[in-house]
Formats: sequence, structure tokens, C-alpha cells
Amino acid sequence: MVTRRRLLQTTLAGALLPLVKGRLAFAAGPGEERFVLVILRGAMDGLAAVPAYGDGNYAGKRGSLALPAPGAADGVLGLDSLFGLHPALKHFHALYQGGELLVAHAVATPYRSRSHFDGQKLLENGTTKPLGADTGWLNRALAALPGKPGDDEAIALAQAVPLVLYGKQPASSWAPSVFRALDPLTLARIEQMYQPDPFFSGQLRDALEVRKMAGNLDDKHMRDLGSPGSLGQLPTMVKAAASFLTDPGGPRIAVLQIGGWDTHANQGAADGYLAGHLRALDEGMQMLKDGLKEAWKKTAVIIVSEFGRTAAVNGTRGTDHGTGSAAFVLGGAVKGGRVLADWPGLATKDLYQGRDLQPTLDMRSLFKTVLNRHLGVPEGALEKSVFPDSKSAGILDGIV
Amino acid sequence: MIIKNDTVIAANRFGLGARPGELDYIGDGPREWLSSQILKDSALSGAMKKLPGSISAARKYVRFIKLQKDAARQADARSAKHELNMRDFSPYTIYRHHAVARAIHAITTTDPFLERLVHFWSNHFALSTTNRRMFGLVGSLEIEAIRPNINRSFYELLLAVEQHPAMLVFLNNDQSIGPDSRIAKRQKHRKTGINENLGRETLELHTLGVNGGYTQADVIEYAKAITGWGVGGLGFDRKRAMGKFYFNPGLHEPGSRTILGKVYPEGGLEQGEAVLRDLARHPATARHIATKLVRHFISDKPTAACVDRLARIFLESGGHLPSVYQALIDTREAWQEVRGKYKTPQDLIYSAFRALNYLPHNSNLFLRDFNALGQSPWKPGSPAGWPDTEAAWAGSDSLYARLQFAGEMAARTGSRAEPEYLAASALGPTLSNTTMKAIRRAESAEQGVALLLSSPEFQRR
Repeated sequence: MVTRRRLLQTTLAGALLPLVKGRLAFAAGPGEERFVLVILRGAMDGLAAVPAYGDGNYAGKRGSLALPAPGAADGVLGLDSLFGLHPALKHFHALYQGGELLVAHAVATPYRSRSHFDGQKLLENGTTKPLGADTGWLNRALAALPGKPGDDEAIALAQAVPLVLYGKQPASSWAPSVFRALDPLTLARIEQMYQPDPFFSGQLRDALEVRKMAGNLDDKHMRDLGSPGSLGQLPTMVKAAASFLTDPGGPRIAVLQIGGWDTHANQGAADGYLAGHLRALDEGMQMLKDGLKEAWKKTAVIIVSEFGRTAAVNGTRGTDHGTGSAAFVLGGAVKGGRVLADWPGLATKDLYQGRDLQPTLDMRSLFKTVLNRHLGVPEGALEKSVFPDSKSAGILDGIV
Repeated sequence: MIIKNDTVIAANRFGLGARPGELDYIGDGPREWLSSQILKDSALSGAMKKLPGSISAARKYVRFIKLQKDAARQADARSAKHELNMRDFSPYTIYRHHAVARAIHAITTTDPFLERLVHFWSNHFALSTTNRRMFGLVGSLEIEAIRPNINRSFYELLLAVEQHPAMLVFLNNDQSIGPDSRIAKRQKHRKTGINENLGRETLELHTLGVNGGYTQADVIEYAKAITGWGVGGLGFDRKRAMGKFYFNPGLHEPGSRTILGKVYPEGGLEQGEAVLRDLARHPATARHIATKLVRHFISDKPTAACVDRLARIFLESGGHLPSVYQALIDTREAWQEVRGKYKTPQDLIYSAFRALNYLPHNSNLFLRDFNALGQSPWKPGSPAGWPDTEAAWAGSDSLYARLQFAGEMAARTGSRAEPEYLAASALGPTLSNTTMKAIRRAESAEQGVALLLSSPEFQRR
């Protein structure tokens, strides 16, 4: 059995680990609220995911990437007279109609250049500079959760703890192994061989405990599913996340990441490369809802990307690095069914530097809102340690 | 011949893990065996000389981008030849070639101490595959700057690294422009300025260390001193020799610089080199390097006595690296605890392949193993490099992955392996009774090998 005490003893290592999956959280504290952060790495095309089909400049700007209005063949799934969802986001649409999905548009971090590397750093470190902090905002938020410090923990569904969750607070990570499963007999012999060695026997006991918590995710099924963060692994990662989050002794916070959004060429419109990614995300979130069962009611999920892409199609039927993008907040705890956008418009004069969707909503507002209203992180801590210099990005009412 | 603990320490802690027969070869001359390796002129093998260096990587990159644009333009007309070219010129292909060649060399080399030192410096001057261009370049730093200078002075090594295209690109010095440089003055309408990334990391990571006594002002002054250090074929130096270090005087910030209280008069390229020369022999640098070496070779918690001694020899020898390595060999503490260090994933993988004397037919196996255990070559994710302590690598589920790797290796080598012989030749007298018994009782050779590689004594060095 993994005791609380032993978990705490390995805490320090856990926080630094590139490959820790062993440190699991006890949701012993207050509240049953769950939070899942999904990072789409590579800059998701917000205007593809959430087309502003009602904007007079939409079709002209998007060119071959433009999607028809709701009702037409391959048309967007209508949200209101201005916005729709990409036709691949069928489950998102159902969630929206059920009031469990909030769509935010023209969203950005404070980052205003166009490097993925720096953009992601800033999204994750919660400051206004790429090198503003070497820890993540979600890790700093853990320290400020109500209840005893250290009693709430989080897990990243990744091989290494990503920056957003990296820091002083314990955080674990888990990823499916690419190796075949160890046969139980060999494992038993190893356990026996480890008996005289407290370090190795303790570590192995913990490892087996974690794997039990990960559910019946047979390693054999996980082989050759693609590299970590790739689309092929998403279902496994989502299932694992649901399994961790519903375990009575498990963490309440999870981070998922999906790569492959950097669509410079041939991104496709209603079908094609990007549609495939959106479909996988759509199905993944439905799978998360199904997997969380009752816990979904107390769950808020935020889906964000480091920045958006150019409003106009480029010369290779794709889009280049941009600024404003779309974001999603979903879950049973979310007051959805609407689009949150102070729409800047797609006319060239309204675009940021004449090319990107002008951001009108600070992404940190979404994070701060969920941390404060859903998880109970005090406002003071949010301003001081979690998102320093974020006064301009206020907490929003009526979202969770 | 009786094999002693010292022999095993030489092979497993200083080296990359004993191959069958290696302990016998080292015999009762472990220190001599190590010393002989640091007298070699360089650590370049024949196969490595053929790997694409920075010039080739830069040229291929330009071709690759062009091919990609062509492909995007005429998606339907992509020919088989085009596909082949794409693969040939791809930065990922270059990366794979380097990573695989490096792994094969680490597994087969008979100078494993020298090779461990290469990996140590490669991690000290860490690069990371942060973008597509870096995939093509990461391997070249080790080949062109580190291996040829491994047994020279720290200054020569440092200079070669800081002027290497891969480092200049990785830490953005190719984009650094002196605000009062000739080119900046000519381009008033464009936003120009210094990029202090390489300047900062040179002080913080490569030389003085984070507590080395420098200030933000020193960082900026040094970054200004090295403005103009760039790469041909890139940025402002598009028309220069592709992929080579190029000093562009037009980008260099004029004037004298004050760094750590010393004034460096205007001197173009030589200005930055003069600063580097002083940084290379600074006492803080000596301590920083000494601490890292002791941590890597002896203990996660370097003792002051060990560090002091190494730092003193570093300074007294003028940063002569073989003298420093020899001091490490002569450190008593290095020979005391048999299992002082928890192996990093790379350590574990190299030593497992070495212990089993196994080279896979499919070289992609290496990359899969590294990836699965969380330490892919040249992907530490930060210029600080991979961590070097047990606290950073030991985690329960990471142990589980290591055990799966052991099982995987055992399956690869199959039922004809001789686990008892392999255990003795890998661990000699440090093989514990418990492990030996477990291996003897294994139900199959395969299980025996899995137990050997899982054993506490094999997981440490």
C-alpha cells in the first residue's frame, strides 16, 4: 500500500522528475471538483475550430479554408448568428446545446511574438515573459489550494511533467509504456530479489500501486500507438486521465497535451489533416466525459493553444503563426451554451498587425476564473504568485 | 586473475559499463586503464567523421525547406524521387544518424571513460531539439567542437563550443545585433537589439555557474561583446559561407565592455574571445566545473574537499583537462562506494547493451529505448541539460519502465544468452548473493537476463 507518508517522502524528487509517474495524489482535501487542462501544442487555428461564418470578411479572408454556413453540405455546426463549430466537433456541439460547453474566441496569452517555444513557455509559466518563471502556474496554484498545503496534487498524462505543472509542489506524470508488459512471474522474482534493498523494493511497490490506479490499461494495447503527445495516444491518455481522476485516492487535477496543430500547409477545410485532429479532440473529450461518469458534474476542462494562426489562408493552403485563437471551457460544472467573445472582426484593419485575429480576451482570465471559482484558489494568491502582473486579466462571472 | 572492486568501479562508474571480457582486460590496473584514455588526442571515430556536420546540416536544411515548399505547391505531383530527397535532406534524418552513431559508439568503444567525458561535456554544453533546424544541428556540436577538444584546455573547448553554429543558433546569438552597430544604425526603421540568451547561459551554465558572482549588467555587457558572432547562411549573414561560424563586424557593438570589473577595449571578434579566456580560468568556473564532475563521477552530494581539490588543480593547470580528469581518477572517494550513483536512462541503456554485447539490427530500437525511458539524445528541453542526480531520475513508475526495458532487452537477446556468465562479466565481485541466487533460479535464460538488468547493482554505477 502506498501510504500518504511515503508519498510525501518522495515528494521532492517527484517535483523535479522528468519521468515520474509514481507520485500520486490524495484527494483527501476539501472539494471534489476536478480540473483538466488540455494544451494543444503547435498553435491551433481558432478560425478553423470556431469559424466566424457570420463575419462579412470570413469567406474572403479564409479563401479555400472557409466553411459554408450551417445547414449547407459540410457546413459549420451553428452556435449563433456569428459563430459555428467545425463540423468535426460533433460532441462539442452536443455539449454546447446541453449547456456544458463555453466557447471563447479571440483569446490570447500576453505573448505577442510568434515562436511556439516561447509562446508555450509563457502560456505555461503564467508570467508575461518566456523566461519569466521556471515553474508553472498550475504548480503554483497547487500551493494555494484550500486545505492543507500539499494535500491536493495533480498528474500530467505525459512522460515528463510539463512546465505548466512543474515546480515545488508534488506533481506526477504517467504515460503508456512503449515496452511490452512484464510477465507477472518475472515481476514476482524481481520483487523477491529487491527484498533486501529498501530503496528498490519501496519504489517497485509504489509503481505497482500506481499502475493499479491507472486502471486496466493493458500495456500490450499501448504499444506502437505513436509518440507521446501524438494523436494516436490520445484515447489511452484520456482513459488514463479519467481513471486517475475517478480513483478515490487519486489526483483531482490532470494535464493533457496534444501536438500536431502547426498547420502551415494543406490543413484542409471540412475534411483533411486539421479536421482529423479536431475529430480526435472531439471524441477524446466525449471519452473523458464518459470515463468520469458522476465526476463529470464537478469537472471543468480548459482547452487552449499557445497562440492562433493567420486569419487568411497562405500560399500553401495552410495558415502561419498568428495571435488570437479560440479556447474551450467545458464540463458539468461549466455554465456553457454560449460564446464568450468581444469580436474584433476580420477586416484587415481590425486584425492584429493586419494579419492575425486581434485578441480581446486574456487567456489568463479563463485560468484564473476556473482556479478561483471552481477550485477555490484565493484571489490574492492568483494575483501574487500564480499569475503575477495579471490584474488586467480579471476573474469572469457566470462561467463556473 | 582476481577481479577487485576497483576494476568494476573503473568499468562501471568511470566507464559506460563492462562488456564481457572488459573486467579481465582492465585487471589490476584500473587507474592506468583510465589514464591511458585521457592521453588520446581526440574522441573521434572514423564513422563519426562521416556524419553531417554543421555545414552539411545547413545546406541540407535549405534544400529540405525548398523541397517542402515544392511539395506543398504541387501536392499531387509528388514523385518517388521527391519523397526520397525529402527523407535525405530532412533534419530528422540527420538527427537519427547522429543519435544512432553515438549510441553504437558508446556501446562498442574500448575507451568508455573518454566517451563518458564526451557525454558529460555534451550535457554541460547542452543543446536541445527545440525546432526543426536544431534537429539537424544538435549532433554536430559534439562532433566538431567537443570530441576534438576533449583532452585540450577548457578554454579551447569553451571557445570551440561558443563559436559553433549549433550553439549560436540554439541560443539565438545569430540574431543578436549591437544597438549602435553599423548595421543597426543603417536600419533605423527595423527593430534591432541584442539577444542576451547565449551571453546569459555562457555565464550561468557554461562557465561561472548561477552563483558565480556576475550581475545582469555583466550578462548584457558580455552579450554585447559577442554581438556579431553568427553563422553564415543565416539571418544577416545569408550570403556568407553556409553553416560556418562567421564574425560580422557590422553587427558588433562598438566600444569597450566592462565585465566582472575588468575593462575589455574595443577589439571586434577578439573582444569576446578575451572575455571567454578570463571566464575559462575564473575561480568560480573552476568550482562550477569541479562540482559537476564530482557529482557526475562520485556522488550526488559532492564533498567540499573533493571539489576544492579538483578546482585547485583546474586553476593550477590552467584548465588543462587531462590534469583535471587525472585528479578525478586520483580522488580517493571515487573508489570507496561501489554503487554510489543511480544510472541515468542513457547510462542504463548503454550499460545494458554493453553487458549483453548486443547490437540491434534495427537501429531505431535505440531511439525507442531512449524515448521510452525519458532521455532521448539531445532533448533535455533546457540549456541546463539533463539532471545528474538520483532525485531527478528515480521515480517509482520510471523504475517500472526500467524493468520493462530489462524485460525487453532479455527478449531481444533470447534464450541462448548465459545469464550467470553475463552477470559475472558485468558486475564481477560486486554481484550480490541475492542477485546471483535469483539469476540461478530463473526459469529461463531470458528471465535470468531480465533479473540481471533489473538488479540493484546493475541499476547503479
